[in-house]
Amino acid sequence: MINLASRDVLHGWGKFLFTGIGLGLLIGATLTMAGVFRGMVDDGQVLIDNSGADLWVVQQGTLGPYAEPSSIRDDVWRGIVGIQGVAETGNAAYLTIQMQQAGKDTRVMIVGIEVDRPNRPGAPPYLTSGRPILQGHYEAIADEKAGLRLGERVRIRRHDYTVVGLTRRMVSSSGDPMIFVSLKDAQEIQFLKDNDALVNERARTATNPAFNRPGVPGLLEAAQASATQARNVNAVLVRLAPGTDADVVAGDIRRWNRLTAYTKAQMEDILVAKLIATSAKQIGMFLAILAVVTAAIVAFIIYTMTLAKVREIAVLKLIGAKNRTIAAMILQQAMALGVIGFLVGRMAAGLWGPAFPKYVLLLPQDAIGGFAIVLTICALASSVAIRAALAIDPAEAIGG
Amino acid sequence: MDTPAIKLTGLKKRYGTGDAAVDALKGVDMTIWPGEVVGLVGPSGSGKSTLLKCLGAVIEPTAGHMELAGEVIYDGVWKISDLRALRRDRIGFVFQAPYLIPFLDVTDNVALLPMLAGRDNAAARKRALDLLTALDVRHRAGAQVSQLSGGEQQRVAIARSLANHAPVILADEPTAPLDSERALAVVRILNDMAQQYNTAIIVVTHDEKIIPTFKRIYHIRDGKTHEEAGEGRPI
Repeated sequence: MINLASRDVLHGWGKFLFTGIGLGLLIGATLTMAGVFRGMVDDGQVLIDNSGADLWVVQQGTLGPYAEPSSIRDDVWRGIVGIQGVAETGNAAYLTIQMQQAGKDTRVMIVGIEVDRPNRPGAPPYLTSGRPILQGHYEAIADEKAGLRLGERVRIRRHDYTVVGLTRRMVSSSGDPMIFVSLKDAQEIQFLKDNDALVNERARTATNPAFNRPGVPGLLEAAQASATQARNVNAVLVRLAPGTDADVVAGDIRRWNRLTAYTKAQMEDILVAKLIATSAKQIGMFLAILAVVTAAIVAFIIYTMTLAKVREIAVLKLIGAKNRTIAAMILQQAMALGVIGFLVGRMAAGLWGPAFPKYVLLLPQDAIGGFAIVLTICALASSVAIRAALAIDPAEAIGG
Repeated sequence: MDTPAIKLTGLKKRYGTGDAAVDALKGVDMTIWPGEVVGLVGPSGSGKSTLLKCLGAVIEPTAGHMELAGEVIYDGVWKISDLRALRRDRIGFVFQAPYLIPFLDVTDNVALLPMLAGRDNAAARKRALDLLTALDVRHRAGAQVSQLSGGEQQRVAIARSLANHAPVILADEPTAPLDSERALAVVRILNDMAQQYNTAIIVVTHDEKIIPTFKRIYHIRDGKTHEEAGEGRPI
């Protein structure tokens, strides 16, 4: 038996192909939206995985350090490192800033890490080029996405930093590239006041009789010195010894250190379920609307194509073609349109995905799921045209 | 000539009900024999198309009796359950315009019918090529429909109507879009095919050019037919 659908498609292949390409671009936009969501989840996952931590110790009652501000003293690690099962700790400071680079604004997350030895929790797990931070000040490691080159000098707040290393896939939960600096530098960037504010603060302290007491030498200087020292960090990242139960250690830290400690699973929940929940709903809504729009467009295209063949369908019915032959022709054309649309869409998403400012992750399982959804939509959408075709009276082929 | 190809007795068709009812056919009697080409003529609105649709099992008559090659297919109700198969296997159609399927080539347009009837592709294509040869369009077998002239398209349409060895062919104004020469050529072909395949052909027409060629003519007016002998002018 002749395949009527394929013959019809081949007969008007140009029109069919261009229609498929148009549909494909829409499907490409839908796949990209799914990729944006996957990218957000992956950014959060990568942030957790690449930090090298098993526990995050933050200010009590906060969801820090990524979802909420958290500020703790930089010596609380001393009380943590002694807990059984803790292998290593690392102070970390996080700050998102807008940075001017090569004449354009770049949003980056500054990460302060302890640089006394490599692979402290919080440090980038690997470098794609360059070396680790060796000096205590004014050296930086940047994620490649920040657009910086090795040896380039970059101004962050009051100081210039030299990029000594590059890393990859080190981004914040918002997808902003990270720039790693020493903890001291990060504390200064984050907590220190500017020069004018310091001068004002010193003058204010000097006029305060509580700090400027006659007969108490050194008190004023000590008070003023404390204003120029940054002793806070955002979190202490904890690496546990193998075989240690993270929940038990986290419970000990909460109980004895009056701090909040999150395990990896809890941090995943914060980053993936809580932090991007609204964005996920937003994207979900958008995907649902795009699916409806796609269905409507496919239905309209197939319906129009069917109506353009009323006479042929009437003749087919008159000469004895079964309803299922005609229905199969329309269904197969809808499916073919879906296949072309999906292939074009997948290619389009693959081409324009990397150009997006945030990470777009196109997973094979999403592509398979998307393909199934597209075919389902096409099948459902074709039902409108099939109903119209089956309602065509074979008598229409006979004049009068 | 013992069994008529078509026999109609008191065939009626009413559209609508009550005051809005219209009697399109008011008791049509008609007998057509195998191998015969008969004209069905009448003015617009006389009931030609309605009669053709009833004969083609496209619409159901309201009353009467209808036989096709000796088998009763209507007697107050349809006696055949699968009207689609009846149309496919036992009635051929030739339309005013050829109405070929534009996305199939010439051979497949003809072979489609036997394929729809379940014949294998090779046999269906052989039948199609035989008919195209008989109708002198074999040389266009691989062509697309849009590449054919009007006359060639009509020949292919005739070939399609014969593809399933139908005992009856209903031709609805088959010469309307053609000039005199081509119109007469089509009638000649219909006569040849009727003879060659022993098929009864009813030609609905009001084309003055071809009416004198029929040996028998049914005139239809106000839903009733009367038979008269035609001139049977040689073509």
